[in-house]
Amino acid sequence: MTLQEAFNNLDYSSALESRQAADDWLATQHHQFSHYVDGQWLATEAYPIAVTNPANGEQLASIACADESQVDEAVAAATAAQSAWWQLGGMGRAKVMYALARNLQKHARLFAVLETLDNGKPIRESRDADIPLAIRHFYHHAGWAKLQATELSDYAPVGVVGQIIPWNFPLLMLAWKIAPALAMGNTLVLKPAEQTPLTAMLFAHLCAQSGVPNGVVNIINGDGSTGALLAAHAGVQKVAFTGSTQVGKAIRRATAGQHKKLSLELGGKSAFMVFEDADLDAVVEGIVDAIWFNQGEVCCAGSRLIVQASVEQRLVAKLKLRMQSLLNGNPLDKSIDLGALVSADQFQRVSRLVSDGLQYGGECYQCTEVDSQTNFYPATLISDVETSHPLVQEEVFGPVLVCMSFRTQSEAVALANNSRYGLAASIWSENINLALDVAPKIQAGVVWINSHNQFDAACGFGGVKESGFGREGGKEGLYEYLVPKYLQAQPSVTLPTPKQPAGATQSIDHTQKFYIGGKQARPDSGLSRAIYDHQGELVEWLGEGGRKDIRNAVTAALKAQSWSASHGHLRAQILYYLAENLCLRKSEFIARMSAMTGAEAEQAEAEFDTSIGRIFTYAAWADKYDGQVHNAPYRGVTMALPEAKGVIGIVAPERQPLLSIISLLLPALAMGNRVVLVPGEHAANIALDLIQVLETSDIPAGVVNIITGSKAVLAPQLAGHAEVNALWCWGNNDLLTGVEMASSEDLKVTWCHAEDDRDWLCEQQGAGNEFLRQAIEIKNIWTPYGD
Amino acid sequence: MTESNKAANNKVVSLHDSHGLPRNPGLAFDTDCFAHIQVNRSATERRAASYGARRSIKQQQQAAWLFKAVSLIDLTTLAGDDTEARVRRSCANGMNPLIPALRAQLQLQSWPLSTAAICVYHDMLEAASVALAGSGVNLAAVSTGFPAGLSPLPLRLQEIEYSVAAGANEIDIVIRRRHVLEGNWQALYDEVKAMRQACGDAHIKTILATGELGTLSNVAKASMICMMAGADFIKTSTGKESVNATLPVSLTMVRMIREYHAMTGYRVGFKPAGGVSDAKTALLYMTMMKEELGLRWLQPDLFRFGASSLLGDIEKQLDHYVSGFYSAAYRHPIG
Repeated sequence: MTLQEAFNNLDYSSALESRQAADDWLATQHHQFSHYVDGQWLATEAYPIAVTNPANGEQLASIACADESQVDEAVAAATAAQSAWWQLGGMGRAKVMYALARNLQKHARLFAVLETLDNGKPIRESRDADIPLAIRHFYHHAGWAKLQATELSDYAPVGVVGQIIPWNFPLLMLAWKIAPALAMGNTLVLKPAEQTPLTAMLFAHLCAQSGVPNGVVNIINGDGSTGALLAAHAGVQKVAFTGSTQVGKAIRRATAGQHKKLSLELGGKSAFMVFEDADLDAVVEGIVDAIWFNQGEVCCAGSRLIVQASVEQRLVAKLKLRMQSLLNGNPLDKSIDLGALVSADQFQRVSRLVSDGLQYGGECYQCTEVDSQTNFYPATLISDVETSHPLVQEEVFGPVLVCMSFRTQSEAVALANNSRYGLAASIWSENINLALDVAPKIQAGVVWINSHNQFDAACGFGGVKESGFGREGGKEGLYEYLVPKYLQAQPSVTLPTPKQPAGATQSIDHTQKFYIGGKQARPDSGLSRAIYDHQGELVEWLGEGGRKDIRNAVTAALKAQSWSASHGHLRAQILYYLAENLCLRKSEFIARMSAMTGAEAEQAEAEFDTSIGRIFTYAAWADKYDGQVHNAPYRGVTMALPEAKGVIGIVAPERQPLLSIISLLLPALAMGNRVVLVPGEHAANIALDLIQVLETSDIPAGVVNIITGSKAVLAPQLAGHAEVNALWCWGNNDLLTGVEMASSEDLKVTWCHAEDDRDWLCEQQGAGNEFLRQAIEIKNIWTPYGD
Repeated sequence: MTESNKAANNKVVSLHDSHGLPRNPGLAFDTDCFAHIQVNRSATERRAASYGARRSIKQQQQAAWLFKAVSLIDLTTLAGDDTEARVRRSCANGMNPLIPALRAQLQLQSWPLSTAAICVYHDMLEAASVALAGSGVNLAAVSTGFPAGLSPLPLRLQEIEYSVAAGANEIDIVIRRRHVLEGNWQALYDEVKAMRQACGDAHIKTILATGELGTLSNVAKASMICMMAGADFIKTSTGKESVNATLPVSLTMVRMIREYHAMTGYRVGFKPAGGVSDAKTALLYMTMMKEELGLRWLQPDLFRFGASSLLGDIEKQLDHYVSGFYSAAYRHPIG
């Protein structure tokens, strides 16, 4: 081409980033990678998994696949290294993490090129997003390592962490996993996705250079079978997984009853909500950022465009025009917008989802033909679809956007929330009143106002519903890698042996029913269960709860939404009033406790007085458990808002039957949740005695619901009920296993404990701030500003 | 949209410029065309920051784009101490940009290349028009009480007529910022429309002085009103404000040009001025034009750089392209 032709055409340059350094590095590694364990590369004979460049199909390397003995070896190395890493102290860990950040920065371009070769994402994105964000994550968490001793002094590391990461942001996901785990004093075994292990391999090399002690970071290669071994490994105390909802559910089941901490960052079908007063040109670019960033292979991709009908036509016209200038091409070329999907499998999956989906209707707009000989899939807009359409329901994980319209704000919110997922959403409007009104109504962990796909180490990221649980980033993310220091297991409670035959109950027969929606209700089964005092004497008959009673209680709890919407000050007043009314019945409760548990009068009085104190504690917290404003590098505020989880199921322990119930009920209520309570089986009548106190204290109907019966029957029902947002459960191992297993149905947040894990009289163990934290979900609302 | 605007859409227009593009006849004043406009600054800035990262112009392409950039320059000298000698020097550079040795190395000796226009104060028109005679380089005059635009309206209109009579075929007018800041849109429209009429066949570029308009929403609305009033170009700045052309401001204006084109079918030109002083920045602006409006808007009848030192930097860059080494300012003619 002559200069004159170039003058007439004014084309962009094909500006290929050099891959020389990456190729050279791969050659020094002989294009083979085993497992980085205890600071060494394990000897292995086979490298069965090919790692390919999805843009052209070339093989870049091959990797080993860790089997059981290699996973054991990695976990053993991490276990051996953990204590010394924790003992190194915050300053020591901060120095190492700072070195990691600096070394990543020094090799930033090599990492970026390697990432693009391995994943197919545009070099512009790996260079400007993935790698800088990963570096920032290490810097930020080096800081947390230093601050841990003062800011998180009640907590200790979990121990050994198993981490499994996906292929869409390989190094960034590694950073999100490794940085907080290391900062908080854990050691880890990480498995990168078998499609994209290369930057993790390079990172392993950096660990030694950065002074990471042997065994602290172990990186093993392998496919899903290796991941399954790691997740289920008995030596792993915490599993952190990012990936598909399907695998997340399998991990939940595989780890059920293993007493592991678990955080899952899973799929999404995030809403991109456009109101008629939005800046539509800004919206169009926002859509490009939302669904065509990383070819749409983003868990929080804005894949559902929900636009106000009055501007739908204008927006779609502008969007189609914009799509015409999007360039698909060689990912190493700086002048392209979309690279290749990660693999031929993924390409086929996206192609099939779209072609199958279109059989259910919908208009498909693409500016280039789909070429099935490559892994390049064009930007795609599907309009004229309804909520029932498979492409509206299912996560495509590709550059495919569906478009629906709404007429009112409430319709917009209903459409946005009409999904199994709840990861993220964006709200586009120039009206701050509208935007800040809608944001809290969206069921998602992250909400962006007038932006999409913004990330920073200082801001928590993570979802609700089937998008998983746990947060990554921000102070909220650190707790995923910590356990309270203060818990002290207690000797088991001795439960009475019922005397046979049972004697008659004393005094007038007392009819104890359930408490559902502010009314006392009989068990659906028509069955009753006897309860006995500490000497084994029959006290009375309580209802035997079942599946339908749980259903009724949850329905009642759902209707009591006004409690969640009320202000902290109002809730505080009501809770203080509850304390007042409970105090009036002190002698009655003390007598009841003594009879049921055999506690001495003084002991029972202490439990009662502590219960009153605890109500005061949480009435106090009701208007004081504030969120944070995170300091992210942009002109705006990211508000980390604590929101009520919604409906919390509480399955209470047998220990200290009044105090434990109060200690669980109150933080849930103070934070605005509605509760379905299943009291401990032995002294469940004490919970029922509370009904009259609740009724006289202005607690609205449905906010507290109480079902008595077998925990083994009731707890799994609560765990599997999709309208219950969280379940707190104290029980034996069988019960906890059943609960965690059932919770995989809707990926409910569970908080499971052994019966006697703590002394409820102790202020720290009975009212540590973990209770408040479990009672809320943190939503990060990104609010850029500037006129 | 009012009936008269609909009629304007359908009107056959006889006004043509040298490229055969129908001139924008304007629309009747209609608040519906701009009352809804709200610009999100953060989102605009994010997009504006992306051009350099998303598109690359290197080597031969860069040389071609820079060559094109030269043809888009309104070579400007607007100093209080301007003299006829300085203006003649500018005209000479504008008519024959790029030193012959450089052209020879680029093998473009015969390629007809000049800047799009020379832009001066009225006082310098006579000298400039003599210097430019027969060159085909347009002659632009800043007008209407430039740069503040606060002299009496009859005088401002008369100034246009004087300049047209003195040989200017392009008039760069300044709007009265207070009309925007006071929300007096009708007054803004009326003044610009009167100026357009005063220009006659000369093309009118309306300078918004965006650095003094407060918000991007104001910039967008003022852009729309100037186009409704018949602007051939909308231009960012006089070069005398404390903040002149920026990419976010330019993107805002360019989006309004797109909106206006979608609404009426007429193409209005864009001229960033002040702040585009190096080749790299010029390429960012050109990328923005291509991305937002397409190639058609990279012709001199629809895009200009208002610049005084840009040409020198482009010469240096082209010199680097042919030699592989960085040049120095003293090797290139001063403006």
